[in-house]
Amino acid sequence: MSFNRRRFVQAAGSSGVALAFSKNIFSQTNSNVIRLGLMTVKTGPLASGGIDMERALVQYLRERNNTLAGRKVELLVGDSGGIPAQARTKVQELVERERIQIMIGPLATGEALAADDYIRQAQLLTLSVAAAEDMTQRKPNPWFTRGTSTSSQCAHPLADYCYKTLGYRRMAVIADDIPYGHEMCAGFQRVFEDLGGKIVQKMFPPLTVPDYGSFLAQLNPKIDGVFLGFAGSNGFRYLRQFNEYGLRGKVAPVGGMTALDEAVLRNMGDEALGIITSCWYSAELDNPANRKFAAEFRKEWKYDPGFYAAATYTEAAVLEATLGAIKGKIEDKQAFMKAVRGIKVDTCRGPVQFDPYGNVVGNVYLRKVERKDGRLVNSVIQTYPDVSQFWTYKPEEFLKNPVYSRDWPPAKNLES
Amino acid sequence: MSMQFWVIQTLNSLALGGLLFLLASGFSLIFGLMRIANLTHGGLFMLGAYLGVTILKVVPNLWVAALLAGLAVALFGGLLEKLILRKLSGNVLGQVLVTLGVAYIIADACLLIWGGDPVPIQTPAFLQQPLRVAGFAFPAYRLAVVVLAVLVGAILFFIMEKTRLGAMIRAGVDDMQMARAVGIPVSRLFTIVFCLGAGLAGAGGVIGGPIMSAYPGLDADMLPLALIVVILGGVGSLVGAFVGSFITGFVYTFGVALFPQLAYVILFLPMIFVIAFRPRGLFGRFAA
Amino acid sequence: MKRNICLFGLLIFLVVLPFFSGEFYVNLASQVFIFAVFAASINLLLGYGGLATLGHASYLGVAAYGSALIGLKLGLGHWIAAPAALVGTTLMAGAFGLIALRASGLGFLMLTLAMSQVLWGTAYRWVGLTDGDNGLRGLTRPAPFGIDLDSASAFYWFTLAVTVLSVWLMARFVRSPFGAALRGTRDQPRRMAALGHNVWLIRWITFVYAGFWGAVSGLLFVYYHKYIHPISLSLTNSAEGLLAVIAGGSGTLGGPLAGATIVMLLKNYASAYIERWNMLLGFVFVIIVVFMPEGVVPGSKRIYLKCRQRFASRA
Repeated sequence: MSFNRRRFVQAAGSSGVALAFSKNIFSQTNSNVIRLGLMTVKTGPLASGGIDMERALVQYLRERNNTLAGRKVELLVGDSGGIPAQARTKVQELVERERIQIMIGPLATGEALAADDYIRQAQLLTLSVAAAEDMTQRKPNPWFTRGTSTSSQCAHPLADYCYKTLGYRRMAVIADDIPYGHEMCAGFQRVFEDLGGKIVQKMFPPLTVPDYGSFLAQLNPKIDGVFLGFAGSNGFRYLRQFNEYGLRGKVAPVGGMTALDEAVLRNMGDEALGIITSCWYSAELDNPANRKFAAEFRKEWKYDPGFYAAATYTEAAVLEATLGAIKGKIEDKQAFMKAVRGIKVDTCRGPVQFDPYGNVVGNVYLRKVERKDGRLVNSVIQTYPDVSQFWTYKPEEFLKNPVYSRDWPPAKNLES
Repeated sequence: MSMQFWVIQTLNSLALGGLLFLLASGFSLIFGLMRIANLTHGGLFMLGAYLGVTILKVVPNLWVAALLAGLAVALFGGLLEKLILRKLSGNVLGQVLVTLGVAYIIADACLLIWGGDPVPIQTPAFLQQPLRVAGFAFPAYRLAVVVLAVLVGAILFFIMEKTRLGAMIRAGVDDMQMARAVGIPVSRLFTIVFCLGAGLAGAGGVIGGPIMSAYPGLDADMLPLALIVVILGGVGSLVGAFVGSFITGFVYTFGVALFPQLAYVILFLPMIFVIAFRPRGLFGRFAA
Repeated sequence: MKRNICLFGLLIFLVVLPFFSGEFYVNLASQVFIFAVFAASINLLLGYGGLATLGHASYLGVAAYGSALIGLKLGLGHWIAAPAALVGTTLMAGAFGLIALRASGLGFLMLTLAMSQVLWGTAYRWVGLTDGDNGLRGLTRPAPFGIDLDSASAFYWFTLAVTVLSVWLMARFVRSPFGAALRGTRDQPRRMAALGHNVWLIRWITFVYAGFWGAVSGLLFVYYHKYIHPISLSLTNSAEGLLAVIAGGSGTLGGPLAGATIVMLLKNYASAYIERWNMLLGFVFVIIVVFMPEGVVPGSKRIYLKCRQRFASRA
C-alpha cells in the first residue's frame, strides 16, 4: 500500500515537472536580446569572490544601460557552490534551459575543467575567469578564452623582478597543495632559476590546514625571500603567523596574484605593509576605465574591487569590443572566436589582446602594499607590458615541456 | 632535521593540542553523557569565533570576548538541545543528521552575516611579541593557549571530581538507568552538559582566533580533529580528551610536516584502529 | 494489481519522457536516476540492515575514479574499465566491511565516516594519481553494443535501463530469504544470533552488496559528467544520499527513489531562487528528521490526518 502511494507521488511529481518544462518548448525568446550567462559561486567558501564577480558585471552593464554594441543584454546568473559537478550541471542549465549564447566564468579551475567537454559539445562561447592552464595550452578548447591569467602568467614576471630588481638569489616557495599552487610555483621557479637564482625549498601545505606553524618552523632561514602561491584566505593566515614567528624583517615574503587580493587586504593590518605581489590588476591602476570602475565600485559597496570583480569587468569589456567588431552578430560563433583573437581593448586592467590559444596578453603589475587614505592598497610599483602565458619562451618549446606541476620543472637546488 | 625543527614543532604541537582540548572536551562530555555525536561542534567553534569578532569591536579585550561568546554559544546550544535533540532521544541516526543539518545552517548563516572573507582576531597586545626560546622566536600567544588549556582542564577536572554536578555527570556516563533510578535529574543534566560543551567550543573559537582567524570552512576543518581526539582519548573521559588532544596535536603537526602527502591518512588511521580494535580508546568509559 | 498498473504506467511515462521535454530536463532526470541508485544502495544498509553509514560516497567515488584512471592512464576501453572498477570497488567494500563491522551503531557510523575521509583526503593530496583539485576530465561514455551514449536521450534510456535493473535486483535481494534474515538482524540481532544465524556474515554480505550498487551509481555518475573530482567522495555527498533515503522513507524500496527525486529537484530548483541553498538543505534535514522521521510521504500523510482529526474534534 505504502509502496504504491510513494510511486504515485513520484509519478505525480514527475508529471508536474513535465508540465512545468513543457512550456519550455513553446516559450519564445526575444531574438534581439543577447542572453549572457554568468557562472559564479555564491554559496560556500569561494562565495566572496563569486559575489564580487556578479557585482562588477552588473555594474558594467548598468553603466551602459544593459546595451552592448546596439543590442540589449539579459544577464542570467548561475551558482555552482564551488562544486565542479554542479558547475557543469549549472552550465548545462544555462545553455539548455535559459538558452544563453555566451558565458562569463566559471570561477574555479576545477569547475572550468568539469565543464570543458560540455563547452566543446555545446560550442558555448566562454570568457573565463578560471585559470586552468591546459585549456589554453596543450588541450586548447576552441570556444574558450580567458581574460584573466593562467596560474603562472603573473608568477613569471615576479620571479624576474625578484632576481633583477630586488637582487634575491635564494628563495623558497610555498603554496596550497593543489594544481593551481603547483603551477604557480613551477612558473616562478622556472624563471627564477633560468636567471641564475636558486629555489632551495618547496612546500605545499594541505589546502585546509588550520595552522601553518609546522611549515613556518621548517622554513629555511638562509633565504632572501619566500614566494607565496596561496589562494583565498590562506595567504592572509600564513602571513599573520609568519609575523608571529618573528620572521618579519628576516625573510621577505612576495606573493602571487591571489595571495594578497584586495578582498583579503581589507581585513589585514600593518603586517601586510610593504609586501610585494604581482597580479594583472590593482584597484589603484591609473587608467580611465579603472578610475571610473574602482571609484563607482567603492562608492556602491564600500570596498575596493579586487581580482574577481576586475575579472568580470574586464571580460565584459572584451565582450563589448568583440561584439562591436562583428557588428553585434553573436549568433555567428566562429566569427566571434576569430574576432576575439584580433581585438585590442582598453579595459580596467589596461590594454588587452589575445594570443592564438585564446589566452590574454596584457600588463602584469608589481604592487606593493601601502597605506593610503587610511586603508591598505596595492600600489603599483612596476608594470610589465604585454605579458603572455608563455613569458619570454617560444610557445612551441613551452608546449613541448610537460604541464607545470609539483615536479616539473624539477627542483635541482633543494636543500633540506 | 635540526634540533630547532624538533623544538619548534613540539611547541606547535602543544599549542594545537591545547586548542583541540578546548574544542574536544565539550564534545567528549556530550558524546559520553548523551551518546550524541554532535556534528555541530565544529560549527559552534566557528560561530564562537565570528561572535568574538563582533564582540571585540565593542569590548576590545580578548578574554572577556571569549567569555561572552562562550555564553552566547552555550545559550544557542541549550536551545538546540532542548528544542530539537530532546525530541530525538534514542534515535542515533536522527541526532547525527540533525546536528549535521544544523552545522550547515550555522555555516551558511555565518556566511550571510559576516561575509565570505576571513576575519582576523587580534592577538592581545602584551602577547604579540615573539618569545625568544633556544635562540628561536616562538609566538607567545601559543604558549598562552597551552597554559589556558591546562587551566581549563584543571577547572573541569575539579568540577567533575569534586562537585555534585560532576558526580552526577560521571554517574550518568557510567550507567544512565541507575542514575535515573537514583533520582538524578537527567534531562536538566543533559541541557547543562550540552551548554557547557557548546560554551567551551564557542570560547575556544575566540581563543583560537588569533591563530586561525574566523573563516568559512573553519567548522569543517576543526570537526574531524575533534572526532579523532574523542575517539582516541576515549568517550566521556576528561583525561582522555586531554591526552587525546595532545597526541592528536603531535600526530597532526609532525605528520603534516614530515609526510604531507599522507596527512589525512595519518590522522584517521589511528582513529580507525582505535574504534576497530580498542573501541574504548585510551581512557573511555565505554565503547564508542 | 493496482500497484503493478501504477508502476507500469510510471515506466511508460519515463520511457517516453525524452520525446516531449527539453534536453535539460532529460539530463536532470538522468541525474535523478543516478542519485536514486546511490540512495537505494545506502538503503540496503540503513533501511533493511539497520546500519547507518556516513561513508557511502567512497564507493561511488572509487568506482568513478577507477573507471576514469583505467581509461586515462592505461588507455583501456570501457569493456575492461567498467568490470575492473566494479570488481575493485566491491573488493574494497569487502575490506571496509571487515573493519567497519567490528562496531555497530555509532561506532560503525564513525568508522565508515573515517574511512571515507581517508579516501577523500587521499584523492585531494595524491595529485600524481588523481590530479587533486583539478579532477579528471576528458573522459568518455561507453558505447554498449555500438550505441553512442553522448546524446542526452540515449544516455537517459541507458541510465533508466540500469536503474530499473538495479532496483529490480535489489528488490529480489530484499524479498529473498536472505533479505528476511537481514531484516531480522536489524530488528532483533540477539534473537537472530540465538537462532543460529551468523549476524556478522549477513551484515557483511549486505555491506558488500550495497558497496557494489554504490559502485554502479559511481560508474553512471562518471559517465554522465565525464568528469570526476574529489568532492564526490566528501561527507556532504554521503550525507545527501542519507537524506534522500530518510526523506523518502527508509525500509521500503520506493522510498529512496522518491527521496532522491525530491532532494535532486530541490537542489536544482532551489538554488536558482534561493541564494542560501546550504541553509535550506540544513533546514530540510532538521525538519524531516524531527517532524517526519519515517519519510516525507508517510510523514505528510500522518500530519495531514492529525490536522484533520484535530479539526474534526473541534467541529
